[in-house]
Amino acid sequence: MTRRLLTGNGAAAWGARLARVDYVPAFPITPQTEIIETLAAWMDNGEMPGRSVTLESEHSMITAAGAAAATGVRVFTATSSQGLLYGMEMVYTVAGWRAPFVMINVSRGLASPITLEPDHNDIMAARDSGFLQIHCATCQEVLDSVLIAYRLGEDARVRLPVIVNLDGFYLSFTREPVEIPDTQAVEGFLSPYDPESTRFRASAPGSQAVAVLGGSPYSYFRYESHLAALNGLTVYDEAVSAFAATFGREYRAVEAYRCEDAEILFVMIGSFATKARQAVDQLREAGQAVGLLRPRLLRPFPAAQLVQLMAGKQGVAVIDQNISMGMGGVLHAELASALYGKPDAPPVLASFIGGLGGRDISPEEFYEIAAVVRRAVADGETPAPQLLYTRDEMREVRKLQTIAHAERNELESGQ
Amino acid sequence: MTETAFKRMKDLPSTHLLGSGTPMCAGCGGLAALQEIYDVLGSRTVFINAAGCMTLLSVYPFTPFRGSWLYTAMASAPAGAQGVRDALDVLLEQKRIEPDEDLGVVVLTGDGAAYGMGLSATSGAIERNLDFLYICYDNEGYGNTGQQFSGATPHAAQTATSKGPRGFRGYKKDLFAIWTAHKPAYVATVIGAEPLDLVRKIEKAKQLNGPRLIIALAPCPTGWDYDPRESADIGKLAVKTGVWPLKEYVDGKVLHTKIPHPRLPVEDYLNKQGRFAHLFEPKRNTTLLEEIQQRVDDYWADIEA
Repeated sequence: MTRRLLTGNGAAAWGARLARVDYVPAFPITPQTEIIETLAAWMDNGEMPGRSVTLESEHSMITAAGAAAATGVRVFTATSSQGLLYGMEMVYTVAGWRAPFVMINVSRGLASPITLEPDHNDIMAARDSGFLQIHCATCQEVLDSVLIAYRLGEDARVRLPVIVNLDGFYLSFTREPVEIPDTQAVEGFLSPYDPESTRFRASAPGSQAVAVLGGSPYSYFRYESHLAALNGLTVYDEAVSAFAATFGREYRAVEAYRCEDAEILFVMIGSFATKARQAVDQLREAGQAVGLLRPRLLRPFPAAQLVQLMAGKQGVAVIDQNISMGMGGVLHAELASALYGKPDAPPVLASFIGGLGGRDISPEEFYEIAAVVRRAVADGETPAPQLLYTRDEMREVRKLQTIAHAERNELESGQ
Repeated sequence: MTETAFKRMKDLPSTHLLGSGTPMCAGCGGLAALQEIYDVLGSRTVFINAAGCMTLLSVYPFTPFRGSWLYTAMASAPAGAQGVRDALDVLLEQKRIEPDEDLGVVVLTGDGAAYGMGLSATSGAIERNLDFLYICYDNEGYGNTGQQFSGATPHAAQTATSKGPRGFRGYKKDLFAIWTAHKPAYVATVIGAEPLDLVRKIEKAKQLNGPRLIIALAPCPTGWDYDPRESADIGKLAVKTGVWPLKEYVDGKVLHTKIPHPRLPVEDYLNKQGRFAHLFEPKRNTTLLEEIQQRVDDYWADIEA
């Protein structure tokens, strides 16, 4: 075991290297590119066996990833944002092939407007695809999650591809000290890939991903994938228990921070949850019983664990770093559906949207969120969803608009 | 290159590898070509398919193939071939499978994928010098959705989306030229109605490494509107009128493998198909017929000289 300063991208590449991946189909996109550059360099200079190939698009990259996995090798790939969407047809398609592999998504906001900075609308678009999803908050967690993801996806009870998600810039380019596990310890945790019958061999001809006619066989295979994803809840718990036993780091499906005696909970995914964690500490110092829940596993959705952790709380603030146009926060809706009708469900489940396109969420905003929830608890009424935005930000945008108008007026007046 | 095993018609296989009873239409020129191709390729192949008519060859739980099959999507069959080929290569290099477990990787798509949506993936695969065979069955339109025009549709053909008196306003894209511009190992045009020419080209392609691409003109009774029994005759006429030149590209040179002589008038080919009926009825469209003939004459002018 060695300890190094690694970016989130570097940690992802180390995860792939330690998982002894055979094949890395790639395509560059900010802020993910460092991952494939790192792996390509290792493969080029012989530090890592296997093959890396740059395709001409993410659509092709994900096709090649699925096809190689269907041929029986261990595959790793990475993308982000527009790339994930460009390949989305194949995200859904290859998930149904039941040929597991791991894909990193470095979260980045979606066009329009086009941006480089992070939020979770990209990964939410893959929510219903059949890929399982693990969301990370630290660089160490990125490396470890890649190893856990292979064990989860390759398990005979699951056999589905897994996305490991990390936030662009905040994690992808942030250096943190990361423990790099020993190869032997990783080999003990993660067996070589057994493709079972999902492979192409001359002696064992087979047809994969064939068409079906009619709703009955179609529904059968779709239900099978869903049930396999649900099996992932047990398999994930087993995998992280084994991981903790081997490496001493705990990665429960839902991370609960200072929740036991909390009256109010924040719920967040990804690296911005570390901001919420700091706010919890400060609120605690101010005498407020606030805690934080951070689902790491989003697919399969750990509903039972979330319901249990939220049981008996006075109020919950779900802070979504995504926005479903005309609906609101995706995570909020998922929690509401998990909690509905549960006897001890918190009476207030408030929705906040923030952190879009890399917009920061300040400590003061967390305090305000806690205050809003506290008032809602007192009033007995859940407030309408709130879009986080400050007066200063509005003033900055008004300035940009003023410049835009001034420039246009000048052009139009022919000066 | 070794001497061909197919010197005359009686050298062609008399039993076929491809199973019968597929849901392809009666008289499908694409299936005729595929049947001839598969006999030469053999069962140690994995077909990587894109969305099109032939996606319906393998419908759960049936397949006419003795070998393997992977359906991908409309745009990315060559990328699927990349993944399969690379995975097999890794397994072979690391001695995780025996050499006799290897498979020939064959992309199978229609013209919709080959001429349009899949062109980027094809170009990428050729540029990466992928060792694969691409077979395009070209029925000159989006056949599986009811024959709307595609980038492969010939000038003046009526399709479900070009029903006007002049038919399709565009011109058939020169996919052969697009492919050869990439300098791949091999490119050839074939047609099921000329089986000897076809099997020799597949035989040659099979012996080469790198990107090898075959365009099979696929007379299509439903899309071209003619009686299924006419398929072979229409295929032969496509060659005899010079509308479908049989040629190959190898070592940087294009060679015509069958120069029609005498070359029949294009009308003989066009008037057998409902999609061109508007050129003859209710009134003969001399201008358009002459234009089509002129284009074919222009193509052959240099070659016949």
